[in-house]
Amino acid sequence: MSAPIAKLTKRDFESDQEIRWCPGCGDYSVLANVQRLMPELGIPRENFVFVSGIGCSSRFPYYMNTYGFHTIHGRAPAFATGIKLSRPELSVWVITGDGDGLSIGGNHMLHVLRRNVDLQILLFNNRIYGLTKGQYSPTSRMGMRNKSIPMGVIDSPLDPLAFALGAGATFVARTVDVDAASLQDVLRRAHDHKGAAFVEILQNCPVYNDGEWAEIENKKTRVEAGLPLEHGGPLVWGAKGKRRGIRIEHGVPQVIALRDDEDPIAAGITVHDEKHESPGYATVLATLAPPEFPIPVGVLRAVERPSYEALLDKQIHDATQARGAGDLRKLLHGSDTWTVEG
Amino acid sequence: MAQVQAPVASPHPSGRKPQERLDRVAIRFAGDSGDGVQLTGTKFTESTALAGNDLSTLPDFPAEIRAPAGTLAGVSGYQIHFSSEDIRTPADQADVLVAFNPAALRASLGEVRRSGMVIINADAFTDRTRERAGYTADPLPDVRERYRLVEIPMTRLTFEALKDLSLSQSEAGRSKNFFALGLMYWLYGRPIEATVAWIEARFEGEIREANRRVLMAGYHFGETSELFPVSFEVPSAKIEPGVYRNITGNTALALGCVAASVTMQRPLVVGAYPITPATDVLQELAKHRNFGIKTFQAEDEIAAAAVAVGASFAGMLGLTVTSGPGLLLKQETINLAVVAELPLVIVDVQRAGPSTGLPTKEEQADLLCALYGRSSDSPLPILAPATPGECFSVMLEAFRLAVTYMTPVIVLSDSYLANSAEPWRIPDVEALPRHPVKFRTEANGFMPYLRDADTLARPWAIPGTPGLEHRIGGLEKQDGRGNVSYLPENHQRMTDLRREKVARIAREIAPLTPYGVDSGKLLVVGWGGTYGAITTAVDEARARGHDVASVHLRHLNPFAPNLGDVLRRFERVLVAELNSGQLVRLLRAEFLVPAESLSKVQGQPFKVSDVRAAIVRLLGGE
Repeated sequence: MSAPIAKLTKRDFESDQEIRWCPGCGDYSVLANVQRLMPELGIPRENFVFVSGIGCSSRFPYYMNTYGFHTIHGRAPAFATGIKLSRPELSVWVITGDGDGLSIGGNHMLHVLRRNVDLQILLFNNRIYGLTKGQYSPTSRMGMRNKSIPMGVIDSPLDPLAFALGAGATFVARTVDVDAASLQDVLRRAHDHKGAAFVEILQNCPVYNDGEWAEIENKKTRVEAGLPLEHGGPLVWGAKGKRRGIRIEHGVPQVIALRDDEDPIAAGITVHDEKHESPGYATVLATLAPPEFPIPVGVLRAVERPSYEALLDKQIHDATQARGAGDLRKLLHGSDTWTVEG
Repeated sequence: MAQVQAPVASPHPSGRKPQERLDRVAIRFAGDSGDGVQLTGTKFTESTALAGNDLSTLPDFPAEIRAPAGTLAGVSGYQIHFSSEDIRTPADQADVLVAFNPAALRASLGEVRRSGMVIINADAFTDRTRERAGYTADPLPDVRERYRLVEIPMTRLTFEALKDLSLSQSEAGRSKNFFALGLMYWLYGRPIEATVAWIEARFEGEIREANRRVLMAGYHFGETSELFPVSFEVPSAKIEPGVYRNITGNTALALGCVAASVTMQRPLVVGAYPITPATDVLQELAKHRNFGIKTFQAEDEIAAAAVAVGASFAGMLGLTVTSGPGLLLKQETINLAVVAELPLVIVDVQRAGPSTGLPTKEEQADLLCALYGRSSDSPLPILAPATPGECFSVMLEAFRLAVTYMTPVIVLSDSYLANSAEPWRIPDVEALPRHPVKFRTEANGFMPYLRDADTLARPWAIPGTPGLEHRIGGLEKQDGRGNVSYLPENHQRMTDLRREKVARIAREIAPLTPYGVDSGKLLVVGWGGTYGAITTAVDEARARGHDVASVHLRHLNPFAPNLGDVLRRFERVLVAELNSGQLVRLLRAEFLVPAESLSKVQGQPFKVSDVRAAIVRLLGGE
């Protein structure tokens, strides 16, 4: 029997399987943070389902002592949709990567987001194929040299958050593998969101793409590299003496230097509004990137829209109200029958 | 059915014209795909069923929704064969052709028996329309010589009937198929009331009035016109007592799924992507939300299968419905269900040709794809219904096997079964077998791959059950515990277990009994929608003294346990199938019998004469 919810701890969510990620992989930290968060969500352990596709990150469900389904490459959002629309009471988490979720599975990602199925989708972005040992992914930077294109990548990379926003996602956020505070905050927000919650996790692959996110992972440089987002707060970042803000006008972002004591709002710095009706604002945020801009971290967009499975259940409910529960005998008879007498 | 007070004619005219009795008639309607030919055929079929005849129908339509009007590419046909006796095919040749334009005449004349009746809409035969149909000269003199040609100005008579209504010319013109329908009702003594009631319920305002009037005008035209000296009577057939309805294979598949959900007491979740000729099944199931059925139109065929597998993981009856190209896309997902050992039902309504092929045409060439089209060793049960009505019971069996053995099951229907209709004796709901689903709930001793000693099935343990938290997936599983395993001997064992689990299904398949005779010179083996043509051919050959029998396989994997014995009781075995020889290959490999092949891949079902000729060829004589 499962322990009472109140007594669940991180250990209750650790499976007995030996973890087989490379030493130093960013996935360890994400796993530990997810396991730490689970007992705090007030959900019985048996109601969690972790669904994944193929890739390093997709081994994740094996290490969670919950229900788990390690499916096929790129299709996890579709399996998860099947689970969630069948059983809306379950808390269903999709674990995917930049290759799994945006290359082979790009189509499913698009559709699960526009349908707004109530899932938590964690996309581990390390900008490389790790499990197949170092080929470029759809998020790899132009010019990056790797095993499958030794002279450097020549296809323009995809921005996961802009993709999600373009697909109509109602919740879009970004966090960093080793930033426990941000992970805890963003994952909890993702869980609380009703609908598809898309979270990009910047994740280091120490073997095939080491240091891709070094500046934002390193606590010392993070303050300069990252733009922490807070709903209702101004878009400001930087250490003392190097304080800056972002002003977005007519969709164009601009960096404004600030004195340490200057009021950013008076200085015209944009105030973050994750509930902005149009995804345009969040899309501007999503495309901010170094070297000119910091990397936004936190919730870019969180708007309310009915979830797919809720609408589906409403149709079932309405049909049953209007026509009564299904009567098989009536259905088989249809509208025109005739009787052959014996 | 709505109550109608329409001034309907008596179904059997009061003897003003003599009636001639016929045993069987095959009528073919043909016109532009916008002419309402399928509707006309369907309504005629309903009335024929109500008249108590046995019947079989075959719609034959182009893939194009609206090909250029008047061209051969746009011709849509519908053939109905009805009789006072037991019949099983839509007939090799039509006795009567109703052609709405020259293209329909040109495309269909080859399907009409010599000296049969050809009824045309004479208004549609102009120099221009003849040219569009590709005729270089007026075809009618030749038709007159070889057939009984009846020329009726249907368009003008339709306008005449509607002259006091305010319909536009094109609106009025659209009713002319009802003229032909009314005429055929009179000619063959069909009851007209059901169609009148349907028009009343379906249409509104002047269109309703127009369709009703034109239908009656056609009926009365038959009665009063000099063109038809007699009408015909086809007495009702001797049919097993019961309550009947008409049903197509696709409708029966859908109703079978609903019945499976009700009798197994689990909601149905349907993942599907529109594809000809399987789309009707999705559309039919989508109507029944009040049965708790969740239909999901997915972004593609892969997601459709994945949603069904996800639903099954969550404890629902997972179904995906497709045709050949979609089956290919689903194979990787099906392979996951094989390894994860989850129930799943995949319906493949087969169509003709590789790739896009001939999407609306008939073929049964996905057997080897269903059996062997997945990577590695991936066994699963395969079932094939033989008649439109059997599509119902096959779905009950498919879901039962899927759940009992924790396995995906493929059902191979085909476009002929999908669209053809036959009278179906409606089963008594109370008498349907009940197989309520049982999930594992006991945490003590639970292991995800601990097997039932009898069926070798693993337990179905669904999320939400305390203490049974476990992980499954596509990586090879350790037998019992279900953890990922790369051990060589474990992979051998799991491969053997998966094969043995499916093989054990044979124990519950009823032994086959050959049709015609139990042993002898020739056995014709068939599967799927060729049943009617094969058994009718066997009947006809036996009536001429040939020593021939047939056996029709519903279970294609595993086979019925006595199939090998049955094959060996005959000197020769002929496998008749609408592909280049797939089942014949399996039978030769499995049973080492020198089975011969009768193959046809023309996008059309077997004609009875195709099979009969092959029987005669093998047995000599005649």
